[in-house]
Amino acid sequence: MDMKRDYYEDVQLFESNVVLFWTVVLLVFLFTLPLYVPSYRFSLFNLVLVHVILAVGLNILVGNTGQISLGHAGFFAIGAYGTTLLMTKLGLPFVLALPLAAFISSAFGFILGLPALRLEGPYLSIATLGFGLTVTHIIGHWDFFGGRTGLQVPPLDLGGGFILKTDVQKYYLILIITIFLVLSARNLLKTRVGRAFVAIRDSDIAAEVIGVNLLIYKTLSFAVSAFYAGIAGGLFGFVLGFFNPEPFNLILSIVFLVMIVVGGLGAIAGSIMGATLITILQYSLLKNIKEVPYVGPFMVDISSRWFTVIGLENLNSIVLGLIMIAIVIFEPLGIYGIWLRIKKYWRTWPF
Amino acid sequence: MGDHFRVENLSISFGGLKAVDGVSFDVEPNTIFSIIGPNGSGKTTIFNLICGIYHPHSGRIILEGRNIVGLKPDRIARLGIARTFQNIELFGNATVMDNIMLGRHIHMKTGVFSGAFMWWRGSRAAQEEIVHREEVEKIIDFLDLQSVRDQFVSSLPYGKRKLVELGRALALKPKVLLLDEPSAGMNTEEKEDLSIWIKDIREDYKVTILLIEHDMNMIMGISDRVICLNYGRKIAEGLPQEVQKHPEVIEAYLGEEDIFRHA
Repeated sequence: MDMKRDYYEDVQLFESNVVLFWTVVLLVFLFTLPLYVPSYRFSLFNLVLVHVILAVGLNILVGNTGQISLGHAGFFAIGAYGTTLLMTKLGLPFVLALPLAAFISSAFGFILGLPALRLEGPYLSIATLGFGLTVTHIIGHWDFFGGRTGLQVPPLDLGGGFILKTDVQKYYLILIITIFLVLSARNLLKTRVGRAFVAIRDSDIAAEVIGVNLLIYKTLSFAVSAFYAGIAGGLFGFVLGFFNPEPFNLILSIVFLVMIVVGGLGAIAGSIMGATLITILQYSLLKNIKEVPYVGPFMVDISSRWFTVIGLENLNSIVLGLIMIAIVIFEPLGIYGIWLRIKKYWRTWPF
Repeated sequence: MGDHFRVENLSISFGGLKAVDGVSFDVEPNTIFSIIGPNGSGKTTIFNLICGIYHPHSGRIILEGRNIVGLKPDRIARLGIARTFQNIELFGNATVMDNIMLGRHIHMKTGVFSGAFMWWRGSRAAQEEIVHREEVEKIIDFLDLQSVRDQFVSSLPYGKRKLVELGRALALKPKVLLLDEPSAGMNTEEKEDLSIWIKDIREDYKVTILLIEHDMNMIMGISDRVICLNYGRKIAEGLPQEVQKHPEVIEAYLGEEDIFRHA
């Protein structure tokens, strides 16, 4: 039985000992991952973690506050460029540059939140789309930002000459930051500000009438979301080692949205699952299909005969698209919804 | 004229339609003040004006000596006015608990950082949650909502939702509570319960209640004072029995006189 004896039990970090147990198991697994998995995989894992941070932040805005953003690649770019430039041009240490860049991103989020007071749905998405495109355009055409050629990321120095060189070392850093930010988001959503976000999503008129200031909380939601995107962007730079404006395009903003819709809107666990699944599908799944006997050569054949020269990339997009469609049709709550159903099933098993 | 809560010469028009036309009334503290009138007579518009959703073209709304016209709804809520809506405005994808907790929003302080740093029992955010949970549990007990506490509002029947909305308004600990047709869609038994609750609310929460209602039994049973509106103008004011017999009121409800006979 799972009886509650105290109001704190509703908001505490681990709702029950069962949750605590599985959380510890998961953490132990994540921290010992380099023991079981070859190190060349960790560049992908780092990317997954970076996307998890971003998706959790984006879900606060889209899933919990009910706003939309097609400009998150812009915040991602501000984080990446901000961190790198603060380190190379101003000589700031990494531990300062990363949060500072995230706060800069957050300030832009606040500004972008202002039109959200007047705009809704498609109109808001156009406004945020404009923001994303503008950021990519500016960084692509200004030499200060490295222009088209891009920027070389400085060594990841944690201070005192403690430099993280390999992907596995970076993995530990990113993992710790991810865990911290995910739990912070969970706390935030359990308390006053998180509830105010939900109020705005479900009925902004009622939210105002009970005393929620729409100006403050809509812009705050954008700012928080942009902060997460900023941190994610800063770390993304170190995952790549070298980057140019090209990846921060509109498609990236849309892929971010796909992650949270496929994962489950308004659920932190959904953001994590969605970001993990989509990142792995995008970067890894079909990349290795060439080696699969029969199916591999067959798909390469189809792809080169019927599609353009980039080959399997096309099939990758098609599979990704099909998965999105299937999830939205069959499970509107996303992967998180599937998870909830499994949990419900096992609770009453074997009856 | 009392300074607790009064409306002076309130007017608003939509296009050529004068929805509310020079309405004034004065509400004594800790009383139940009812607004009646046929459909479209401007009752709900007055509520929307009071809580700042609309801004009047002329007139003043005084709460404890202060004119609140022109303030935004969230500001007015902080000054002590809470309301329910005719067509229930709840947060459907949140639990009953969260809905009523949202009523405590103006009394809480947790911000982004203190909220995100709720790591242990002693943290400020956790302490605040616990204190306000206790307040909310009192309201849940009062309205008999224990059984649905953790359910999503969108899955509740209509009558229960009305109660959740009432609970949310109570959680604000308002000085003035506006109830817009609280009994709509309820059966006789539920209406009787509601009448008792409204009286209890007045006693326990020391709150002034403005009530829009169509159920005349309820109006006559619990109101201290009644005004009647027609076409946006006030046509009668007084004790329930006085208004009930007022010739203009009867005329406004022409063909509906029967509703008073049962009272």
